[in-house]
Amino acid sequence: MTITRRRLLETAALGAAMPLLPATRLFAQDAPLMRTIPASGEAIPAIGLGTWITFNVGDDRQLQAECTAVMAAFFAAGGRMIDSSPMYGSSQAVVGRGLATLDRRDAVFSAEKVWTTSAANGPAQIVQTRRLWGVDRFDLLQVHNLLGWEAHLDTLQAMKAAGRLRYTGITTSEGRRHDLVETIMRRHPIDFLQLSYNPVDRDAERRLLPLAAERGIAVIINRPFRQGALTRRLAREPLPDWAGAAGATSWAQLILGFILSHPAVTVAIPATTRVDHVRENLAAAGGVLPDRALRERIAAHIGAL
Amino acid sequence: MSEWWTYRLDDFLLFSPRTYWRLFEAQNAALWPLPLATTAAGLAALLLILFRAPGASLGMGLVFGVVWAFVGYSFLLERYATINWAVAYLGPAFFIQALLMGGAALRAGALAFRRLDGVGVAGLTLALVALLVFPVLPLAAGRPFACAEVFGIAPDPTVIATIGVLLIVRGGWLAVLLPIPLLWCVFSGLTLLAMDETQAWLLLGAPALTFGLGVVRFGPRWVRRPEPRV
Repeated sequence: MTITRRRLLETAALGAAMPLLPATRLFAQDAPLMRTIPASGEAIPAIGLGTWITFNVGDDRQLQAECTAVMAAFFAAGGRMIDSSPMYGSSQAVVGRGLATLDRRDAVFSAEKVWTTSAANGPAQIVQTRRLWGVDRFDLLQVHNLLGWEAHLDTLQAMKAAGRLRYTGITTSEGRRHDLVETIMRRHPIDFLQLSYNPVDRDAERRLLPLAAERGIAVIINRPFRQGALTRRLAREPLPDWAGAAGATSWAQLILGFILSHPAVTVAIPATTRVDHVRENLAAAGGVLPDRALRERIAAHIGAL
Repeated sequence: MSEWWTYRLDDFLLFSPRTYWRLFEAQNAALWPLPLATTAAGLAALLLILFRAPGASLGMGLVFGVVWAFVGYSFLLERYATINWAVAYLGPAFFIQALLMGGAALRAGALAFRRLDGVGVAGLTLALVALLVFPVLPLAAGRPFACAEVFGIAPDPTVIATIGVLLIVRGGWLAVLLPIPLLWCVFSGLTLLAMDETQAWLLLGAPALTFGLGVVRFGPRWVRRPEPRV
């Protein structure tokens, strides 16, 4: 690794953020819950890291260092999947900078997206995205919000066939276009589906999650906390006594426990700017998961608040 | 965009409020003490207009043309566009406005300076709010003073001050000078609204006020006030 002034500055900034991380957590961590990607049988930690809003910090060196500290805590706790998109502003560059600073390009499961209406621009956008991450190839590329999905899926399938990509996928969020998602799942050989799912947004349970299980499609859950709105609202309420039975010591863990206890869910990707939240999220996947009755209790309780 | 009716305003917000406000902190720190000079230049331009001094048109065009171009480059393209890709497309509008302000200043008769009427007083108030109140808004909002938005350094006070002076002056060029500032107010106001910032209403209120005052000045005779004698 070449030592440059920039790298020295970044390492110093990361060092400044390190006191936020208890040493025991940096070097020793319980193994997180693992899930299997149906298409390959590959095991992957059930908690990933989203970058929507949280990693879009532009050229702000302090905030970049904080993002790198979040990534450091994430990897130290056993996390692997980081998800981003060309739509997320500077997030891709911030992820790439963090991976370079931490020298963890080998540890990351890179989940990216193609997001353009133009079929012709897709390959160029993917090249640019790969350059920002600094990786040789992506583990997963998804068609973001189904934008230009037919042409982009063809591109991704061709990349996979040529060995330049490991998995293909599509994304949607907040319950949009589930009919089209279902059609694509039935007619195209995708490996991953990304959608929104949490105790108060359960539409995916009706058709898409059972279909994903049936067709061997891995499922990534975005916006588990409704972009923080759900956990902010619940922060005013006391955690119920029975949360411990679900292995949860916080509302975030209770929600993640609910999500991960659905058998079709492979990875949830909460986004955060805080190291303690990363640890808390990954710990949610290290304990017991709620059974069917407890899942319903969680959803009913949170829905009523 | 499919199912557009299912999108909320905050679905379009790409960054956190903390990241947004730190842009101003970085801008002020990088340019200090220029914020003092731009504020002084803005106040000087305002005085030239109020006293209808010789060269008022040229002075106003020079100050406002330069600050629009400067804010467009130094803040919008260099900073804001790094967290909001849409701003890369809006930045050029600031350069167009800079040219328009300069052009209006140089073209004889494009702008006229008359004694203040009611609309002019409202414009003066708006300009003073932009020049003197905007920088202290962080104190009211609980943010550090270091992230103050200053005329000629940050877009919102620059745009609001421009609308203010355009309400003071008269002339045929107003129809081409007002659209870009008003559209920016809507864009920035909606962004601040998505961030739950109260000052969003300042930005969203400016176009509404301008429209209302335009009706008073140019609308049906029954709502127009008598033209003050020059």
